Parts: sequence; C-alpha cells; structure tokens
Amino acid sequence: MRMNLEDRLKENPELKKQFDALDTYIGKLASPEGSLINVLHRAQAIFGYLPDEVLEFVSSRLNVPRSTVYGVVTFYHFFSRVPKGRHTVSVCLGTACYVRGGNAVYEKVMKILGVKAGETTQDGRFSLDLVRCVGACGLAPVVVIDKDTYGRSTPEKVATLLNKYA
Amino acid sequence: MIRNQLLVCAGGACITSGEKSVKDVLVDELKKNGIEDEVQVIETGCMGACDLGPIVVVYPEGTFYQKVTVKNAGLIVNEHLVKGRTVGELLYTEPTSEMKAQTSGDIPFYTRQVKRVLRNCGVIDPLSIEEYIARDGYFALGKALEMTPDDVIRVLTDSGLRGRGGAGFPTGLKWKATREAKGSPKYVVCNGDEGDPGAFMDRSVLEGDPHSIIEAMAIAGYAIGAEKGYMYVRAEYPLAIERFEYAIGKAREYGFLGRGILGTGFNFDIEIRIGAGAFVCGEETALLRSIEGKRGTPSIKPPFPAQAGLWAKPTLINNVETYANIPQIITNGAEWFRSVGSAKSPGTKVFALAGNVQNTGLVEVPMGTTLRELVFDIGGGIPGGKKFKAAQTGGPSGGVITADYLDMPIDFDTLKEIGTIMGSGGLIVLDESTCMVDIAKFYLGFTVDESCGKCTPCREGTLQMYHMMERICDGKGRDGDIEKLSKLANVIKDTSLCGLGQSAPNPVLSTIRFYEDEYRAHIYEKKCPSHVCKHLLTYSIMPEKCVGCTACARQCPVDAITGEVKKTHVIDQSKCIKCGSCYEICRFSAIRKE
Repeated sequence: MRMNLEDRLKENPELKKQFDALDTYIGKLASPEGSLINVLHRAQAIFGYLPDEVLEFVSSRLNVPRSTVYGVVTFYHFFSRVPKGRHTVSVCLGTACYVRGGNAVYEKVMKILGVKAGETTQDGRFSLDLVRCVGACGLAPVVVIDKDTYGRSTPEKVATLLNKYA
Repeated sequence: MIRNQLLVCAGGACITSGEKSVKDVLVDELKKNGIEDEVQVIETGCMGACDLGPIVVVYPEGTFYQKVTVKNAGLIVNEHLVKGRTVGELLYTEPTSEMKAQTSGDIPFYTRQVKRVLRNCGVIDPLSIEEYIARDGYFALGKALEMTPDDVIRVLTDSGLRGRGGAGFPTGLKWKATREAKGSPKYVVCNGDEGDPGAFMDRSVLEGDPHSIIEAMAIAGYAIGAEKGYMYVRAEYPLAIERFEYAIGKAREYGFLGRGILGTGFNFDIEIRIGAGAFVCGEETALLRSIEGKRGTPSIKPPFPAQAGLWAKPTLINNVETYANIPQIITNGAEWFRSVGSAKSPGTKVFALAGNVQNTGLVEVPMGTTLRELVFDIGGGIPGGKKFKAAQTGGPSGGVITADYLDMPIDFDTLKEIGTIMGSGGLIVLDESTCMVDIAKFYLGFTVDESCGKCTPCREGTLQMYHMMERICDGKGRDGDIEKLSKLANVIKDTSLCGLGQSAPNPVLSTIRFYEDEYRAHIYEKKCPSHVCKHLLTYSIMPEKCVGCTACARQCPVDAITGEVKKTHVIDQSKCIKCGSCYEICRFSAIRKE
C-alpha cells in the first residue's frame, strides 16, 4: 500500500522542501481564480514532472476537482506525467525547419538516442521532444537542448552536439 | 560622458548565434581600453535580419556590423572605437554590387521596409522604460485619457486598422461592440499565443518593445471600460515572458498601470498568463478558457467574446501586432495610419520571412506590397541558384501563393481570393525542390496533432484526410483520391466548430488547386516530381561513376547492396528501404536518386 503523503514527507525532507515551495507559491497568488495552469507550470518546474501526489495536492490547495486538474494536465503538451531525462532535446519541426531539413535532423537524433518523441532514454540522460516552432526560423533547422538553442543544425552536427551533454 | 553606444541585437536568432558571448567580449575589451564609461553597451530587441546575426550597431554613426563572432568582436572596440577605423571585414557586402554597406540604410533588406510596429525593436533597450518614453512612449495613453472613450474608438475606426491575428476583422468595430456590451467587469486580453509555426513577429515585439503593448492595452481598457487586462503568452517564449513581466513592474512604478493613472480616475492593471503548448489556444474562445485555467477548447460563436468572454463577461481580445499599432494611431491620427497600405487594408504588415530564402528574418512592409518585392528585393531571392516555386502564408490554416501571383499586391482580401489567408504573417518561401503534396501533408499532420478533439469533423475528418495523404505519398494513392480529399475537406470546412478545423483543410485544397499535376504524378505514375517522398524514389548505382569502394554496401542497413571491392556495386530494389544512407555516404556521386 502506498504511504500517505504526510508520512512520506516526514521521512523525506527533500520532498517536503519541494511541497513547501509549491505551497508558498500558491499562498502568494494575487488571484487564485484561473491560476491552475500557472500553478502547474511552477509545480513542474519544482518536481520536474507532475506525479499523482502533486496533482492531488494542487487540487486540494486550489479547491479544484481532481478530474479538472487531470483534464488540464493531459490537454497541454507542456505538462509531463512521467519523469524527464536529465537533458531535454527538442527538435523543431516548425515549417521553416521542416523545409530546411529538420526531419533529417530529427531522424538522426531518434537513431542516436533510440527513442521517439515523448520518450526518455533508458539511462535517463535524454528526453526527446518534437516542437513546432521556437521562433528562431531564420536559423532553421533548430535544435534546443535544455536552454541552449542551436541553429543551422545538420544530422552530423547534432551527433557531436549530444556528446556535450552528460 | 557617453560618446558611443553599442547596440547588440538580443533577438531570438542572434542569441542562438552567440550574442551573449559577443556582448561579453565587447564589455571586456571596453574595460581593457579603459573606455567603459564612455561607451554604453545596450542589448536591444530583434533587429530583423536574423540571417546576419549576431548584429552590433555602433551609434551615433550607425555602423552596422554583422555576423560578429567572439573572435572578431574585439575589433569593434580596438579598431572602431579606439582608432576610429571602420572594421571592413564585419560590414555587410551587397552580393550583386559587392558594395560594403556602412549602415542599415545601405542594405536593401532594410531600405524597403516601413517600420511602425517594429519601430522600437532593435533601437531601444527593451528593459528601459525611459528609452521607450524618449520615443514618445506613453504619450498616446496621456492623449487618450484626455479624449472621451468614444472618440478613442472613433479614431481607431477611422484608421481602418484590421486585426493582425489573421482574420482581419476591423479593430474599431470590435472595440465598439465591447464598449457597448452589457455586463461588468469587462476585460482586455492580448493574444500572444503565436502558434503558427514560422511566424515570430509577436515574439519580437514582446521581447523588443514590451511597453508598446502595455500602453495599448491600457488605452483599450480606458476605451471599453475595463480595469483588468490579461497578457497570454505561449510557454515557448520564456524571454518574452521575462521582459514583459519586468516591463509591467516598471509601468506600475511610473504610474502607467495601477490606480489613478496619470492623475485621472482611470485604473488599469495587467496580469500575465502562460500557455502550455496547445496551438488551438490561439483561437480566441479557446484562449479565454485557458486564461481561466481550463482545458483550451473553443466554443461556438456567437456569443462573441465582446458579449460573453472571460468568465462570461464582455472581453476585448486583440493580437500583439494589432496592439502595437494602436499607440501610434492615437498619437499621429487616423489619416497618418492610412497614408501607407492599400485602401481596404491600411497600414503595414510584419512578415516573418523564412524557408528557402536568402535573407531570413522579420520585415515590415506596407500592405499591398507584392510577393516579388518581399522575396526578391528584400529577401534577396532563393539560395543555391534554385528557382522560386511558391510561398506559403497563414501556416497550417493557409495556402500557397504561386509564381503566377508574384506581382499581386498582398493584403487581407487579395490573399483570400486566391484561397490562402494572411494569417499572422508567416511567409515560408519554397523552392523548386519542395514537394507540394508533402508540404500539405506536413501541415495537415500539424492540425491532426493540435486538434483539440471537441468536434468530430476536425478530430476525425483531418485524421482521415491525413491517412489519405500518407497513402498518396507512400505510393498507394488510388484513382478518385483527389476528389475524395476535396469533398472531405469541404465538409470539414463547413462543419467544424472553430477556426482551427474550418481552416485545417486549406493547405490541401490550395495545393490541389495549383499543383494538381503533382498529386496526379504521385497517384497515377507513382512518382514524386520533386524527389522528396521517400517511398516514390528509386536509388540506383551509376556504373560509370562507381569505383567499388564498398562504403555504401557497409552503410546499407538492410544489406541490399552487393558487389566486390573495386567493382561496380548493385542495389537490390526488392530489398531497398529507400533510407538514402548510400546516397549520403557515397563520395563519388555514383548513386542516382529519381
């Protein structure tokens, strides 16, 4: 049986710190009305993903039904219900990147990592995402790794690029 | 005393090409020369010429340095600023005349533009409210507060401004309807959910001139009678969110937001709401649900947001570029606004020039400019000596403009007549190597992914269309597919609930209209005329060029290539999966793709 959250927090100070951070954020909201998406953004920034217990916590703290919270989390691409890898590789397949060969870059990354978009490598090193336009169309095709954006990428360049991220 | 200013473009593309480290080198070199107090380094918003980044402009001369790198950034300080010598190697060279351009005024990419929406982008420090004020910022808000709300709306109506988000609805009418709607409180919303892949003008305005949007939203609040505004930005634009948030804080500090603005009884404030990756949220009713913190599903109109918007209250919703026009219209008047552009679409339009074009970036031109001017005069033509094939506008909701229409003036109405839309201004240039069937499939795949699933025609219809397109590209097209596609497309257009579904079939319909021969080649001849659709290609080895190096045979993942060392190799077509690895690895160009 799963331990209830309170007991787990007692045993795990790291986890408690995370929940406290989220709690403080919610407490400071100017208008809690309609803030669910902003709260989920913050929660994902704190926990890295949105597991059940976080959704339950958000639901009771904002007084929004769990079904609603779940509905919102699954509607938007940005939210993840599973843990992400240490690094997120986002290959842009917006139109500009597509017509300049973004697909070949994407196929190369898939081949190297052995995962598809939305999946994480077994060693937990990379998560692969497909994105539709990051607004750097002038430098297409674009690959974003964590917060770094790489323009004018090619299948060859991307292979060396990935090696930089341990 | 400041004697020079170094403007470093900190737009998205320049950051990607290493702007931060270039800036660090500049600052270091200034310190080394002991002139850090005489020369100010300012990071600006996007300067537009994304292909030339990172860009550094030296003022007061206006010397325009492009493609600056960490290695040569020091020259700007040591040569230009210390010794007074222009750094020739960093100037832009005009490809045809080979003339070196000293300032942006010598570069064709800039000279043909009319900067209104982007007038401050790349000119001011977006983090400095003082610089915005120095450029007449917040003058319009002051002027509006001395007018009656009805007069403010009248100026807008007279200006003929039409919504820049895509549909081109008259902005003045929208404001009037929201003002007259019963219900309170009312809300002002800015749609910064720039989802069209290939368009990034809203991002540039938010990053490069955030105060212009704050000012416009405050004017809107005064005109319609609202005290609260929401700025909705997509999560993919963290820098825009950061700078806008900072700008809101400054505006509050200076009394342009908050209670009793500029000593009047007018109260107004803005809150940011961040999207979470859903294209449909660019649709206004879906966006309003998302601001409410719900799933972003659209609803049937009427009621329009002007009657029942955010929390069922009257809501004014305009897009970023529309707002960016408003302070200048109030300041300079309706006549001024109408002085450029076409009769029915006055003003300018910002286009995001991307795809197979020499000069990519953001360009602002008068409405009614032709595609030829955009692609060839400003865009510098097609790279690699290839031929222009078409331009795609309106993203996944739009269609193509073919070479036959290169001289047609572009505005909301002319584009509609040829079956595409203005959309938010994404302009993707396609060269002769583009397969139009493949590109239509690409856009359709996008809408299939992004359909919210609420209504059946969009959810199921676009998927069925996609399956058909996939079949056609895989060489399994059947007689009657074109007719079936068109029929289904029209049903989806007529019966979908919101703009996403209603416009989703446009890329297919538009390409069938102008490139039916390509569809027919895929279906009846099982050929892709542009050699793009993988399954319709055949790879073979040209015996006269093959030296028998065995590289291809070793690379082939399915062992379809056989041959002995130093003898001609052969591809077994029954085994070939058309992955193209042999084509890429061959150093002797001995593989033929057809």
